[in-house]
Amino acid sequence: MGMTMTQKILAAHAGLPEVKAGQLIRAKLDMVLGNDITSPVAIREFFKEGFDSVFDKSKISLVMDHFTPNKDIKAAEHCSQCRSFARQFNIDNFYDVGDMGVEHSLLPEKGLVASGECIIGADSHTCTYGALGAFSTGVGSTDMACGMATGEAWFKVPEAIQIKLTGKLSPLVSGKDLILHIIGTIGVDGALYQSMEYTGEGVKSLSMDDRLCIANMSIEAGAKNGIFPVDETTIEYMNGRVNRPYNIYEADEDAEYVRTLEIDLSTLEPTVAFPHLPENTRTIGEVGDIPINQVIIGSCTNGRLSDMEVAAKIMQGKRIHPDVRAIIIPATQQIYLDAMEKGYLRTFIEAGCSVSTPTCGPCLGGHMGVMSAGERCVATTNRNFVGRMGHVDSEVYLASSEVAAASAITGKISDPREVS
Amino acid sequence: MQAKGFVHKYGDNVDTDVIIPARYLNLSDKKELAAHCMEDIDKNFVSVVKEGDLMVGGFNFGCGSSREHAPMVIKESGISCVIAKTFARIFYRNAINIGLPILECPEASEKIESGDDVSIDFNTGTITNHSKNESYQASPFPEFIKEIMEAGGLLASMQNQKGKAE
Repeated sequence: MGMTMTQKILAAHAGLPEVKAGQLIRAKLDMVLGNDITSPVAIREFFKEGFDSVFDKSKISLVMDHFTPNKDIKAAEHCSQCRSFARQFNIDNFYDVGDMGVEHSLLPEKGLVASGECIIGADSHTCTYGALGAFSTGVGSTDMACGMATGEAWFKVPEAIQIKLTGKLSPLVSGKDLILHIIGTIGVDGALYQSMEYTGEGVKSLSMDDRLCIANMSIEAGAKNGIFPVDETTIEYMNGRVNRPYNIYEADEDAEYVRTLEIDLSTLEPTVAFPHLPENTRTIGEVGDIPINQVIIGSCTNGRLSDMEVAAKIMQGKRIHPDVRAIIIPATQQIYLDAMEKGYLRTFIEAGCSVSTPTCGPCLGGHMGVMSAGERCVATTNRNFVGRMGHVDSEVYLASSEVAAASAITGKISDPREVS
Repeated sequence: MQAKGFVHKYGDNVDTDVIIPARYLNLSDKKELAAHCMEDIDKNFVSVVKEGDLMVGGFNFGCGSSREHAPMVIKESGISCVIAKTFARIFYRNAINIGLPILECPEASEKIESGDDVSIDFNTGTITNHSKNESYQASPFPEFIKEIMEAGGLLASMQNQKGKAE
């Protein structure tokens, strides 16, 4: 029986000719990532167990992005611990306020992750890098500590779901609508312990930003990872960013998939996930009249330049609804600069939006857009659990940047095709 | 290894944001964090939970974020084992890595009710419900995971192995 793309990468990193679903392996790591929430716990465990060196200072990334620029004294102390650790071990990839960005936008942008690599991160959305054809998965702080010390992690080799794509997305429909559609179809535990492997001729029409967004939300279907085949789009994206050799793996023709989902991209509609689970999806036509108080465009899911571009196009020359507070968060400093140079930031500010320095802030109810009881937000983020963005009686509706921008203008959840 | 205590039961998709809301993740003291365990779905939990008690959930327990604070606050609250129909994978490995016993057992999850007096034999995977005079069978931990559990977590078990090798 052949192997899936994920299984091939895991086998190569475990030094084995082949692996089978269910097998427990130890794999060598190409990158270990942590943020300002998960790294302090990892650092504490690291020292508690008496480790006094890291496996490779160039293969650890520490990104201060969640409660930064620090929201309070305790958050500041956490960043301080990360800073000392980075200094002590001379960590190459320590990103602090001023050059940091939202981690899962930052690492691909900086070329710190590449196709064929095996990556863990103490952040559930580490699965994002599957967009580049890497095996990449979220873990906890203990795994991070262990990874930083030994350069290895244990894994159970996952079974796989094949998502076979055909056709092309319609205008104003994006990768976000595809992944919300998939989660709505298979449920928040539809891919539990499994890898989601994207295949089919539809893949080539998806931009890298779309693939990053889709792989990012694999975890919201319970998946261990999401992974895309490497094609010209991937290689073009890595050119000039990744300055080391990388490997390209392809699934065997007889790779085993526990199920196959076939999706014609041209049939997808703008899609919204209602509170309080990402699987509660409705197409825009089924939404009804939902007035909103806040819009967030940003996060590791949708804070990239193409998100800024579509939102600016929709808001160009318009004012947002007086009952709405709209917060736009370019995910990295580079995206911020590019959005500035292209005039998008001016468009947002003239439309009445607030534009923020990169941060995860509101996505997890940390800061920069926390909601009171009874408030509703349309967010391009990835989770809409109870209390996720503030009060337990507030509500988050997950959508694309197109839907979020259109909704900011009208003051209710809206179809971008009717606003632009 | 054994566990015995009274049950605190919840439904499907108990997510890490309700186990420990992100607004408290600026805390680092385990006890201060545990004071907010489950508060967004069960305000009484922290005042009624006793050392050794068990937690029971449905499908996809622990979904959402990778925050290890989630199994950590459950363990710190005194919970001796979490039983669910299925666990979200990051929560599953985090629980193992920090030495919080967890068992998948759909039958136990269906039949056990809040307040039931339940004991578990981890060597056999047998879950006994003393309140209902019933027992349910879960798969015992595989050897690899048992070693981590018995050592009290991944890092401690790595140190043990290092000790053996030397």
